[in-house]
Amino acid sequence: MVNIQEKISALCPSATFEEGDKLTVTVAEKEWHALAKALKNELGYDMLTSVVGMDWKDSLGAVYYLTSTATWEMLAVKVAVSDREKPMIHTVSDIWGVANFQEREVYDFLGIEFINHPDMRRFFLRNDWVGYPLRKDYDADPEKNPIRLTAEVNEDDTYSLEEDENGNITRVDKKVFGDDDYVVNFGPQHPSTHGVMRLRTAINGEIIKKVDVMSGYIHRGIEKLCEGLTYPQTLFFTDRMDYMSAHQNRHCACMCVEKALGIEVPRRAQVIRVMMDELMRISSHLLSYGCLTMDMGATTAFFYGFREREDVLDIFEKTCGARMSLHYNVIGGVVADLHEDFQKDVKAFIPKMRKALKEYHKLYTGNVIARNRMIGVGELSKADAISYAVTGPSGRASGFACDARKHKPYSIYNELKFNEIVRENGDCYDRYLNRLDEIEESLKILEQLVDNIPEGEICAKVPKIIKLPAGRWYQEVEASRGVFGVYIESDGDKKPFRMHFQSPCFNLVGVMDNCCKGHMIADLITIGAALDYVIPDIDR
Amino acid sequence: MGVNIKSMKYEDFKDNEYIESLVAELKASGTNVMVGKLDELINWGRANSLWPLCFGTSCCAIEFMALGAARYDMARFGFEVARNSPRQADYIMVQGTIVHRMAPAVLRLYEQLAEPKYVIACGGCAVSGGPFKNSYCVLPGVDKILPVDVYMPGCPPRPEAMFYGLMQLQRKIKVQKFFGGANRQQKIKEFFASHPEDAKQM
Repeated sequence: MVNIQEKISALCPSATFEEGDKLTVTVAEKEWHALAKALKNELGYDMLTSVVGMDWKDSLGAVYYLTSTATWEMLAVKVAVSDREKPMIHTVSDIWGVANFQEREVYDFLGIEFINHPDMRRFFLRNDWVGYPLRKDYDADPEKNPIRLTAEVNEDDTYSLEEDENGNITRVDKKVFGDDDYVVNFGPQHPSTHGVMRLRTAINGEIIKKVDVMSGYIHRGIEKLCEGLTYPQTLFFTDRMDYMSAHQNRHCACMCVEKALGIEVPRRAQVIRVMMDELMRISSHLLSYGCLTMDMGATTAFFYGFREREDVLDIFEKTCGARMSLHYNVIGGVVADLHEDFQKDVKAFIPKMRKALKEYHKLYTGNVIARNRMIGVGELSKADAISYAVTGPSGRASGFACDARKHKPYSIYNELKFNEIVRENGDCYDRYLNRLDEIEESLKILEQLVDNIPEGEICAKVPKIIKLPAGRWYQEVEASRGVFGVYIESDGDKKPFRMHFQSPCFNLVGVMDNCCKGHMIADLITIGAALDYVIPDIDR
Repeated sequence: MGVNIKSMKYEDFKDNEYIESLVAELKASGTNVMVGKLDELINWGRANSLWPLCFGTSCCAIEFMALGAARYDMARFGFEVARNSPRQADYIMVQGTIVHRMAPAVLRLYEQLAEPKYVIACGGCAVSGGPFKNSYCVLPGVDKILPVDVYMPGCPPRPEAMFYGLMQLQRKIKVQKFFGGANRQQKIKEFFASHPEDAKQM
C-alpha cells in the first residue's frame, strides 16, 4: 500500500490519500487524465472496474475503481469539480474502452460532461428529459417529465467537447451515422434481444459496419430509489436487476453492508449462501443454453435446458418459497433455515444434471450448423476483454482469467476445489462451451458442500436499525454473467447516501460493436445470445 | 348462468359474481337467436386459440418462457403460438415494468395488434408499478396508457397464476359479442382523428 502511495505521489504530487475499505486517491480534475494514463501503463491498473457518478452537494464528481489484473489489487480515484452549472471532467474513454458507456451513464444521471468524449448522448433517459435525476437537488415534479407518448426526435444527434492544445473547449455537433449509412433498426421489441434492448446497425450489404446500442427501455431508476430506503429495503432491488443471478447479487449487497458494519456471518449461513449461489449459476447457465439454442433455431434444446432448470427451481421453492425473486439472503445471514429435503434434493440433482450435460453436448455441441454459426463468430481479443472489463464466462472465453471466486475469494470460496474455465479463442462457441463447463464446476462445489453443512445459527445478531458509519465501501462477487459490484457511500444515516450497482451486463453490451463489426447481420443474434446479457441488469 | 371453459370448472373460479354481472349487462336487451348462436361458435374458437405476443421486459418474461416449456406447457389450453409480430397476435401480455422511454413503443405495439385485441397486465410492475412505483421514470401501471382486460398480481406471478389469469381472459372472450357489439367503423374514424400522420398515408 505504502509503495503504491509513494509511486502515485511521485507521478502527481498534489494527490491526497485516504485509507479505508480501498485506498482512495483524490486528484484535481486537471491532473486526472495524465495520472490515469500513468496508472494504466506504469502501475498496471489495466481494468476500469467501475465509475460511480457522485453528487457531494458542494461538488459533483466521480469515483473510479481500478483493478490490476496481475495482482487483483483495487484502487479508488476520486475526482471532483465544484462548478454545478457546467461541470466537466476529462474523459478516460481513450484509456479504458469501458469508460465510454460508463461516462455516458454519469452524464445521464448527473449532467457531468466529459471533455474529448466521442459521443455525449444520454444513455438511459429520453433525450428530451429535463434534469439529472441523481443530483440531490433534482426536481421530481411529474409536470416537468410527463409520460410522453411520442417517439424521440433527433436520435441521431450527438456532440463532443473537444479541447485544443491551449485548453480551449469547443462543442462539436456530430451524427451517430453518416448520410450514406443504411441503418437497420433492431428492437426494442424483438424476441432475440432477450428483453427490451434496441440496437441500430449500419450495414453494407449483409455486413455490419457499426452497432449503436440504445439502452434505457427498462431503466427503472433503482439507484435513486435506494437513496430513499433503509439498507434492508434496498436489498429487494438486487433480485430484480439480473433476475438470473438473484442470489449472487443479493449476497453481494449483504456482504457490502456486513463489511461496513463488521458483522461476522455464521459458518452455516456462509455454506448455505455459497450453495444457493452455485444452484443459481446452474439455473442461469441452463436458461442461457436454452435461449442461445432457441435463437439459433433449435427449439428442442430449449426444452431440454428448461427441463433441468425446473429441478433447480423446485429446490429453491422448498427453501425460499419462490421460484424467482427469492429474497433469501439478509444482512447477517439467511432469512430461513434449509428445507428438510434440501440435501436429498441436491444429491438427486447432481447425477441427473451430469447426465443431462452429456445429452446437451450430444444434441447441440457437435451439430454442424451450430458449429458453423458459432466458431469464429464474434471474436473478442483478450486485450479488448480487459479494456472493456468483460468478465464472467464471456471474458474467460477470451483468455481473460477473471473469476472473482478465484482471484478475490469471498465467503468460503478459498476452501473449495474447482477449476476456472478459461478458453482462448474468444468466439461464440467458446462462450457457449464455457457455460456448460461451468455447470460441471458448480456441481463439484455442491458435491463438496452438500454433506458438510455445519450446524449452528443461520443469521448473526444484527442491530434492529442498521446505520452505517460514514465512509465508502465496494464489494464484488462472481455473478452468473460476470463480476457484480456494489458501491455504498454512507453519511452515517440509516439510508445510503449513494448506492451504485456495477452490473456485468453493462460491460457485455459495450462490446457489441466490437464483436459484430465485419460479421453478417444474422450473426448479431448469435453474438448477443452468446454474450448473454440481461437487459434489466444493464438498465437498472 | 355459468360461463364454461374447457380447462377449469366454473365453481373453481373465485370471482364468478363479476362474470355474471358482465353477462347480465351484455344480455340486458336480449340477443338475436341467429347472431347469438354465431357468436357462441366464433367465441368458442377464439377462446381456445389465443395467440400471445412475445413481449417481456423483465422477470415475468422468464416465467412466461417457463409457461411455454414442457412442464407447464401452455399449448394445452390453446395459448399455443407465441407470435413475434403484433399483427399476428390476439393479445399483449405486458410482462414487466414499463418506463417512460418504453411507453411510446408499447402504445405502438398495441395499435398494431389486429382487432379484437386484449391486454393483460402481468406482474406487480405492469399492474401498478410494483416496487418501482416511486421512481422518476416508471409508469404506475400499464393501465395509464392501455385499456387492461385482466390484471395478474405477483412478482413474478407463478405459472399457475398466469394460467388462472389467461383463463379469465378466455371466459371474458366467451361472453363477448363478436357481431354487432362494437362499431368498428366508428373506432377506425376515431383512430385516424387522433393520428393525422397515419391518415395522410391512407
